This record gives sequence, structure tokens and C-alpha cells, in this order.
Amino acid sequence: MDVVEFNRLRWNCRRGLLENDLVLEKFLERHAESLDDVHLAALNKLLELDDNSLWALLSGRTEYPEGSGSEIYEILALLRAC
Amino acid sequence: MANVGRNTPVRKFDAVVVGAGGAGLRAALQLSEAGLKCAVLSKVFPTRSHTVAAQGGVGASLGNMGEDNWNWHMYDTVKGSDWLGDQDAIEFMVRTAPEVVIELEHFGMPFDRNEDGTIYQRPFGGHSMNFGEKPVQRSCCAADRTGHAMLHALYQRNVRANTQFFVEWMALDLIRDPSGQVLGVTALEMETGEVMVFHARATLFATGGAGRIYTSTTNAFINTGDGLGMAARAGIPLEDMEFWQFHPTGVAGAGVLITEGVRGEGGYLLNKNGERFMERYAPNLKDLASRDVVSRAMATEIKEGRGAGKEGDCVLLKLDHLGAEVIDKRLPGIREIAKKFANVDPVKDPIPVVPTVHYQMGGIPTNYHGEVVVPKNGNANSVVPGFYAAGECGCASVHGANRLGTNSLTDLLVFGKASGDSIIRFLKENPGLKDLPKDAGDRSLSRLARLESQTNGESYAEVAKDMRRTMQMHCGVFRFPDTLAEGVKKIREISDRVTRTEIKDKSKVFNTARIEALELDNLIEVARATMVSADARTESRGAHDRSDHHERDDVNWLKHTLWYKEGDRLDYKPVNLKPLTAESIEPKVRTY
Repeated sequence: MDVVEFNRLRWNCRRGLLENDLVLEKFLERHAESLDDVHLAALNKLLELDDNSLWALLSGRTEYPEGSGSEIYEILALLRAC
Repeated sequence: MANVGRNTPVRKFDAVVVGAGGAGLRAALQLSEAGLKCAVLSKVFPTRSHTVAAQGGVGASLGNMGEDNWNWHMYDTVKGSDWLGDQDAIEFMVRTAPEVVIELEHFGMPFDRNEDGTIYQRPFGGHSMNFGEKPVQRSCCAADRTGHAMLHALYQRNVRANTQFFVEWMALDLIRDPSGQVLGVTALEMETGEVMVFHARATLFATGGAGRIYTSTTNAFINTGDGLGMAARAGIPLEDMEFWQFHPTGVAGAGVLITEGVRGEGGYLLNKNGERFMERYAPNLKDLASRDVVSRAMATEIKEGRGAGKEGDCVLLKLDHLGAEVIDKRLPGIREIAKKFANVDPVKDPIPVVPTVHYQMGGIPTNYHGEVVVPKNGNANSVVPGFYAAGECGCASVHGANRLGTNSLTDLLVFGKASGDSIIRFLKENPGLKDLPKDAGDRSLSRLARLESQTNGESYAEVAKDMRRTMQMHCGVFRFPDTLAEGVKKIREISDRVTRTEIKDKSKVFNTARIEALELDNLIEVARATMVSADARTESRGAHDRSDHHERDDVNWLKHTLWYKEGDRLDYKPVNLKPLTAESIEPKVRTY
């Protein structure tokens, strides 16, 4: 990921709920450098969710619907571990 | 590097709204539906604004669950404000509340309903019937997603009304002509790094709060007080900035709230010696004493060296004795929050907590029409032509020294709409667009040029960290004269350091380092206003308690603070105790 892509992602991680801000901040610190294109796309897909739905997913209260590519569940697992 | 050339592009609008949370969207809707050309600037996509965090509902005396009326809502709000709220603005808000809630319903807001189809209303702390007699059901909700549903409904409606959104644009500075009239803002487009002038006949700030001046806050990262910083730099005073609402149990270092239900279920607080200290402060109610009592006790333990944690700056919330089963069953979500944000499993270890900043009562001074007002020629409330503020960034003042739950959403709907209506009137009476002053973009361009050329400066992140720590240690819920005085000195030093911050990344496209350095310019004004105003106010009122003056002092302090950036000085103006039509609610001792 180049600098612009990273910066864009970082700003996309600015959310309306503090809970999401904090998890995403930690995720970027740990994993941003090693994200490939497929996983970056998966993360961006999760970031399209509204903040309440995103936090419900990150805190494990809900699950992402079955039937998507494995990368989205892999990203979700990494987010939940943050 | 950013465009700091002389040929800054200019776009013209009837009105420019800065901020796309509840207040900004409600105001913009009023303007666009009136056929005006309205631009809305937002750092993030509108439905990601911090309004999304509001769960408590909208307070309005619809009376759907039983008898209720605006006089009772008014009494609760005045009492909640500890008599610092302006009673004309409060009467206006509570009387207009039912109308804006019904309007929102018509915009498609999915409120919870009664069987007869009317809006269901929940009870909420501080809301009563018959002037404090017993609780009333006044809060209108959409499940636990009230804020989100509101943003969604208002955004869709704005799209339909052709509001022009400028998403991922950061407003930089207010433009005023030599007479003081406001003629728009300068703003930075994140995508390109370019600066543009939004030349407008009217300008509304709806930029939300600035809880990020503290280490421990429930506020999202975007809440950097941009409107307050811009107003202060343009010579507008900030009102009542010493009043911040705290919640006693936020996770230390993170700010995420731990519900009061934990203590309700039998959890209790410990200091570093393992002592259950609330027994000393509140022998009867102990850990279930009111929020301000618990917060004050926690702050005292920390100040006297009995705080827990590496830096001794928190206390511990113990609940392991409740057992895993009770915790999982009765306190859902708490274990996940503690594990994620405190790195402890509360089934085994206590959670480090601190009183946590939640809401900013002060802001840009306005009247109940949303018009910004400043002292001028002997008039304490002289209107600044073309300038408006609504929502958490404005101070009408309806919350005074302490906000009542659910009144934040009421505030943003009522004053969002009212400021929209005021702008419509102003534009009718003042046709045409005044010329921009020659120096319109200068302040912003020189701020950007300074950041570009700064060498041997400090990292903005480090300076921001010091600012937050200073606010947390010196200007918390419980305030001590010695630490406040030292805090003023420290925050002024940090303010100097902010003028020398350096960014390593000078790229143009989506430079988040630049954005955060610019946000710090805003935060520091709010921090300084808060510390200086708090140091001067030698009384305890509403949200905070001062160790050398435990009581409210209506003889000397029944007045609003005004802080000016220039000279770092204070002024005061009277509280308006005269409602529009109702009888005045005279100050008395506040007990619940």
C-alpha cells in the first residue's frame, strides 16, 4: 500500500463511534503494512457499514452473513483480536 | 504541498453549513427546501457524524404516555442546568420540541410506537411531571439507534432537496469583513490538498463538541472543536467553556463507557491499596451515590496519591466477585468492552476507570434564533451579521452548567431548524453578496504555509498528548485551585508549542498528518478557554466541583463566562432568568 492509499484508509477509519475508532486505530498499527489488495478491499467493505452495525460485528454481538469470500472473515477475526 | 498560491478558487453560495451531524443536516434541510443554494462541508460522510452515538432519545413533551407539558420540561431543564441556562432559550426549545419531533417522524424517522400508532416515549433521568414530583416518559427513541436513524432520515431528505455536500472537506477559518460581518469560510479538500473559499451570504457552524481535548472522553476522534477554534481565531468569544459533563466510569485511557448497571449489580470501586474508598465518602449509598459524588471521590483518591495503575491516574472497578454467570447474563457487552479496551477479563481482574468527559455545555454564544451574539457597544448580545451556530458547538444556552439526558438531540433539532429559519429571514432582508475582504484566505494560507516550512518543530501527536494529559490532570470533574492555576500556566506553554508543530509527511493528497495538525490548532483554543474559564470561576455549579468553593454562589457567579483568544482574557454576561412567556423559575438549591 502506498502512502496515499494508507492515508485514505486511515481517514476512512475515522468513525462516529469511539469504540470503532479505537479498534480500527489498533488494527492499522498492527496490520496496515501487511494488508494485500484482497484484504484491503474486504476491510473497505466492512467500513461501508454504519457505525452501530460495525460495532456489533467487532464486539462479536453479530456475525457477518455467510457466503462472502474468506478474506472478509479473516479481516473480521483480526479486527476482533485488536 | 498544499495550494498556498494567491489564486485560491472561490465558490459562491447563499449559505454554507459546516458540519453534517444532526444540527447541520436539520439546518441545511430548512435552507434547501426554501430554495436556497446551500453547501454542507463535512470531514466525514454525514451518517458517520458523532450524532450516531446518541442512544438516549429526543426529549419532547408529546404526552403520549400520560399527562405532560412543556412547562414541566422547562422546569426540569432549568433545574438540570443548575440555573445557568437562559430561560428564554429554554422555553423556546421545550415549546418547539414536539413540533420538530413530529416533523422528523414525517421525514421518515422510524420512532418506536405505541399500539395506537403514536410515538412511544421512555422515562429518562432528570425528567419529571408536575415540577419534580415523579418521573415522566418523555424520551422518543428508535430502538438503541436513535442517532443513526435521525442522521439517515435527515441525510436522505437533504439529498432530495438538492443540498450540495462537500464530503471530506475540512473548514479552516471564518471569513469576516472589516465591519465584522461573516462572509463564509476557507476549506481544505482532503482528496487534493487544495484550499477553496466558500463565499456565502450566511455561515452556520454545526461542528459538534471538542471532547478530544481530554485523555479520557466518550467522544469519537472527529470531535475536535473545529468550529470553536475557527470562531476563537476570528475574534468571537467562547461561552461557558468550563462546563463539561463527566461520566464516572469510563475505561481509563480509552474513554469507552462502562454502564452504571455494573455498580447496580454489586460492582464496586477500589483504590491502589485495595480499599473500597466509597465507604468513606458515602457511607450509606457507597458506590451507588450520584454521578458527581462518585466522580469527586475518585478524583480525590487520585489526587492524594491513592490512584491505581502505572501512573496512579485511575481507580479500579471490581466485579469478579459477581461470578462469570452473573456478568455474562446481567451485564451483556461489559466483558467484551473490558477485554478489548482495558485488556482485562473482569471475571478475574478489576477494570481501570476514570471520570470521563461526555458533553460540552459551552460553545459559540448564540441567542435562541441561532444567531451568534457578542458584547458590542454596551449590548451583551449584539448579533454578528451572517454568522450562526447550532448543536453542541453552540451555546444558546439551554444546558447551562449541566445537560439533562435527551436534551442534546432536542437542542440540535430545535436550534438546527431555528437557525435555518433565521438565515432565510436574514437573506430576505439582505439581498446580494458583499465582496470578500482582500485578506479572505490569508489566515488559512499562512497556517498551511507555516506547517509546510516548519523545521525542528515538535510532532503534533506529542503536543496533542501533552495537552490531553494536562486537561485531564488539571481540569477534571473535581477542581483544585492550585492544580488549576498550574494548569493555566501549562496549557499556555503547550499553546506556544502548538505554533511550532511539524509534520514529516508533506504530500498533497489525503495528508492525514496535516489534517490532524490543523485539528490541534482548534483543540488548543478549546483547551485554553476551558482551563482559563475554570480557573476563574470560584464556585461549584452543575457538572463540576471546586475544592475551595463547594457551593453554588449565585451572588457572584450567576453569569456566563466569555473567553477571548486575543489576550487570553475573560468577560462575563448575565444569565437570562426571564422566559418568553412563562414565569421565571427562581434559583433554589438543587436536590433530587
